[in-house]
Amino acid sequence: MSVTTAAAAAEPANAARPASRWPARFKAFGLALIVPLALLAFWHVAVKAGMTRLIPSPAEVAEYMVDFAVGGIWDDAFSATLHIHLLASMSRVYGGFALAALVAVPLGILIGRNETVRAVLDPFLQLMRPVPVTAWLPLSMILFGLGARSAFFLVFLGAFYPILLNTVFGVRSVEKRLFEAASMLGCTGSAQFFRVVLPAALPSIFTGLRLGLGLAWFVIVVGEMTGVPQGLGAVIMDGRTLSRTELVICGMIVIGIAGYLSDRVVVTIMNRLLRWSPSHHG
Amino acid sequence: MAELPILDIRGVGKIYELNGQKIEALRDANLVVRKGEFVCLIGASGCGKSTLLRIVAGFEVPTSGEALMWDKPVGGPAPDRGMVFQDYGLFPWLTVRQNIGFGPASRGLPRSEVRDTVERFVNMVGLTRFADAWPHQLSGGMKQRVAIARVLANDAEMVLMDEPFGALDAMTRERLQDELLDIWQRTRLTVLFVTHSIEEAIFLADRVVVMEPGPGRIASEHGIALPRPRDVASPEFNEVRRDLSARLHSHHARKAA
Ligand SMILES: Nc1ncnc2c1ncn2[C@@H]1O[C@H](COP(=O)(O)OP(=O)(O)O)[C@@H](O)[C@H]1O
Ligand SMILES: [Mg+2]
Repeated sequence: MSVTTAAAAAEPANAARPASRWPARFKAFGLALIVPLALLAFWHVAVKAGMTRLIPSPAEVAEYMVDFAVGGIWDDAFSATLHIHLLASMSRVYGGFALAALVAVPLGILIGRNETVRAVLDPFLQLMRPVPVTAWLPLSMILFGLGARSAFFLVFLGAFYPILLNTVFGVRSVEKRLFEAASMLGCTGSAQFFRVVLPAALPSIFTGLRLGLGLAWFVIVVGEMTGVPQGLGAVIMDGRTLSRTELVICGMIVIGIAGYLSDRVVVTIMNRLLRWSPSHHG
Repeated sequence: MAELPILDIRGVGKIYELNGQKIEALRDANLVVRKGEFVCLIGASGCGKSTLLRIVAGFEVPTSGEALMWDKPVGGPAPDRGMVFQDYGLFPWLTVRQNIGFGPASRGLPRSEVRDTVERFVNMVGLTRFADAWPHQLSGGMKQRVAIARVLANDAEMVLMDEPFGALDAMTRERLQDELLDIWQRTRLTVLFVTHSIEEAIFLADRVVVMEPGPGRIASEHGIALPRPRDVASPEFNEVRRDLSARLHSHHARKAA
């Protein structure tokens, strides 16, 4: 009896999909386009109406973007250099992020699980946390010099806290019931770490990774203000110095798209690994 | 006559301390359970039923007295005493199969043995079609079947159940009661079952233990001699029910007076 009710509840979700999936996707896509298109239209009209002389029109930016990506239009110092700057930024974003994850996840687990570690580290980390990453810029230039290492360090700092705090939270909020269930089934002591704590904390850890990666892209512009020759942040700073607003806008767009795509990658991996969680399968 | 009981609860008391305040949850509880018996604990909420069960499970340490399993003091949670919680306590990241295999795998049994055990118990509780579903995809009744199967798959000798069917609808509850009795009769399990439904207690138990609050204690025990399978609509059943309900209310009346 309850088998059939549950079957009825579980199956329509799968059965209904093939028919309604594509129209639903198109609809979602269409709805998502409304605001960007309206903004683009407003931008175009505003520039044409002469509301500003300092900002190029969308069509001009699009043209610069093509030149920035593949060259052949203006042939200046920035033509066909998009991939160089993008790769430079990506290496710092992912490098700094990976290092942050490598340090913050184990540290967060330690702080979450061990009273002594928590007593020693938590006050210090809480004290350092309100200091914005941007405030670290001068110090990081002294410590790491002008250049890529400084950018790398700032990205690391930016991604570190969200990963750490969410890991601590995840480890500390494992339901007590699950420890009881594990121990009455014969899984006790340190064995509970891999079989209970880690899987239970995984959704929070992923939330932290996602926020951390977002912040890494956020921080990269600041990180690349410190006199690195390549990188999207450097492009934006150069564009500002040279009063080439179209370059600034191109850099912004590339960062936005790259950040968005890397978030989608994390979300896809997350949804795959957390299929068991009712709030993650979709 | 002097056969060793599976469970011997001797003068068990429990005092919780909460913000410096002492709460006497259980006082001088004595109870003997023989192998294969089905015992129901019944009583108003707050009379220490869960506390007693959790002491037997090894989740709580008694303040006084001791609980002996096969004459040895209960030292902590262990697979010989499986617990079925009202809120299921399933691992949400494991499928039905993996939840049922959690205990055997934790004990390091060989893979093939774990697989065979899991298949046997998946089938026993009728979840073959849902073996690879995650808990969030199951109904309450199915979740509780998984919870029962995972303690059975782990060779529990005694199953401790704390209002396991309390959150289920009436139809599912009746069905699970039947299934539980069926499993119990086939496996010679010993069951200690907490409920606040008089009917459920009489339907299931060999013996009903009535508890009283303030402080929590065991008030009386009643053997249920009705032949199985029991019919809740029969006059004999109703007679027992009337009798037990009068006992419960006389406890309450005495408290109120
Ligand atoms: N962990 C705890 N800390 C403090 N008091 C508790 C705790 N668990 C239970 N109690 C108290 O002990 C008494 C008995 O509780 P319980 O055993 O849960 O009763 P029942 O299961 O019969 O409703 C109640 O007054 C309850 O508030
Ligand atoms: Mg209770």
